[in-house]
Amino acid sequence: MKKILSLSLFLAVLAGCSTTPVPDENAGAPVESRSGSTDVKPVVAGDLDASGLPRELTDPKSQLSQRSIYFDVDKYEVKGEYQALVAAHAKFLVANRGFKVLIQGNTDETGSREYNLSLGQKRADAVKRALILLGAQENQVESVSLGEEKPRNTGRDEAAFAENRRADVLYRAADGRGEF
Amino acid sequence: MNAMSRISRRIFLLCGLLTAGLAQAQLSIEITGAGASRIPVAIADFAGDPTLSRIVVGTVRADLERSGLFRLVDPAGAALDENTPVDLPAWKARGADALAAGSITRAADGRIEARFRLYDAQKSETLGGAAFVTQSAQLRMAGHRIADYIYEKLTGEKGVFSTRIAYVVKSRGQFLLQIADADGQGAATALTSTEPIISPVWSPDGSRLAYVSFEKKKPVIYVHSLASGQRHIVANFKGSNSAPAWSPDGRKLAVVLSKDGNSQLYTVNADGSGLQRLASSPGIDTEPRYSADGAHIYFTSDRGGSPQIYRVDASGGAAQRVTFDGSYNVSPRPSPDGRSLAFITRREGRFQLAVMDIASRQVQVLTDSHRDESPSFAPNSRMILFATEIGGRGVLSAVSVDGRIKQRLSIAAGDVREPAWGPFLK
Repeated sequence: MKKILSLSLFLAVLAGCSTTPVPDENAGAPVESRSGSTDVKPVVAGDLDASGLPRELTDPKSQLSQRSIYFDVDKYEVKGEYQALVAAHAKFLVANRGFKVLIQGNTDETGSREYNLSLGQKRADAVKRALILLGAQENQVESVSLGEEKPRNTGRDEAAFAENRRADVLYRAADGRGEF
Repeated sequence: MNAMSRISRRIFLLCGLLTAGLAQAQLSIEITGAGASRIPVAIADFAGDPTLSRIVVGTVRADLERSGLFRLVDPAGAALDENTPVDLPAWKARGADALAAGSITRAADGRIEARFRLYDAQKSETLGGAAFVTQSAQLRMAGHRIADYIYEKLTGEKGVFSTRIAYVVKSRGQFLLQIADADGQGAATALTSTEPIISPVWSPDGSRLAYVSFEKKKPVIYVHSLASGQRHIVANFKGSNSAPAWSPDGRKLAVVLSKDGNSQLYTVNADGSGLQRLASSPGIDTEPRYSADGAHIYFTSDRGGSPQIYRVDASGGAAQRVTFDGSYNVSPRPSPDGRSLAFITRREGRFQLAVMDIASRQVQVLTDSHRDESPSFAPNSRMILFATEIGGRGVLSAVSVDGRIKQRLSIAAGDVREPAWGPFLK
């Protein structure tokens, strides 16, 4: 019952996309349709990349290599188009309980630095909440904000700003190796 | 911008840097606007050592001119000491409402004494005088003190020339927290970091700064004693720790913590003990600032759907909304005299400095720039220092609360941001 309530809360978070289907075990409405990309396989020991993470997290052909969730100006709701991506990361965390993720929230450089720090936290928290509602455990997910302090794109036009309104998912394996 | 350059004079003051090192910080000041009626004042060359006199008198003149409230009358003559009989009607005839004269002498112990007297040329009377004894390294400070004295006698308000400012310089991947005189001179670096430093605020006694440093790869609040360089962590909880604001008695800080998942207001003692929740909301609450009387805390919240400024009793309770116009009003800064509130407003995509008269709730936008941030009142409440951007580079600007007087402080070596104007010197 509680689970169902949480799931409906999650859907409320994904405001503005009432027609998007609920993600389940078999269907995931991927952003890019590529056969098999949403099926999360258990980690194959030894099949690691240079950073010590399984290749499915870093291989450009894998959906899980997509780590950025973008947001609208002043907003911190996870948009419908990122639902499948968040669901895929949640599924990986459910299948690999030894892995942890750090969600870093970012903003564009316009407006107050302090407000942006809080806005970045909200963005990171929104992704964290979505992951937990989809089965990740609280101790697997940490959310932090970088505010406007670490722009990926240092340009000063709207395209750069849009790229910086973002939350990133960073992975760490059980042995401590990884991206944070 | 053209309309503002009534005084297009650039004053480049070379600073004897106290610190060797990264980013030789030379703030230059440009005056881009002045008051409507400026008081004509003559500052005679002081008697005594001409080199020392030039430093002191030059500082007094530059301070008064930069304030936008005075017009310098050419003293065109020999040095006048504070005891020289002066022909005040003649000075009046030359257009001066006031005249200052003085002397610089070196005491046996090497210290320097600056004496001066101020005259009202209109009424032909003495307005008073003073003497400042200083080490030679602080000679410019004696000039600032004299300028403060003249400013107060002639305008009725306390001067801020002897106060200090703090700001952050980003240069070549380094973040420098610097302290300088209010005219941007004598910059000293209090903290150097490869990670961002934001939100510096002065303790009410001017001896310490609280700020947010990312040196632990996340925002953590520190209190830093400037004279000793000692610092301690005030808040380092899970999540972000940010937006410190001193209580007027200097004992507490209002802070913003996200330890429970959302930026919320707390108060904490300056030593980090006694954490208390101040307010609760389902959205973002941040940027707290105490009113000068300590009774209220202004803050930014998006509880109503967009970021707006609210006010709550310092002891907590229900918040009242303060700003209503527009969809983005942030960074509230109540003035030290309790009469106005500076903040940043977004109008047609431009972020501009605005000031609200607290009694009437009337709002005036003070700038025509579009990337204003982080306002900070001078301790006499007359000017507001803020960060803005010109030609893609961060600069500091100052504007009077009536919007007439404008100054710009820029640094050759990099971006300047996050200004904080310190309190009156005790």
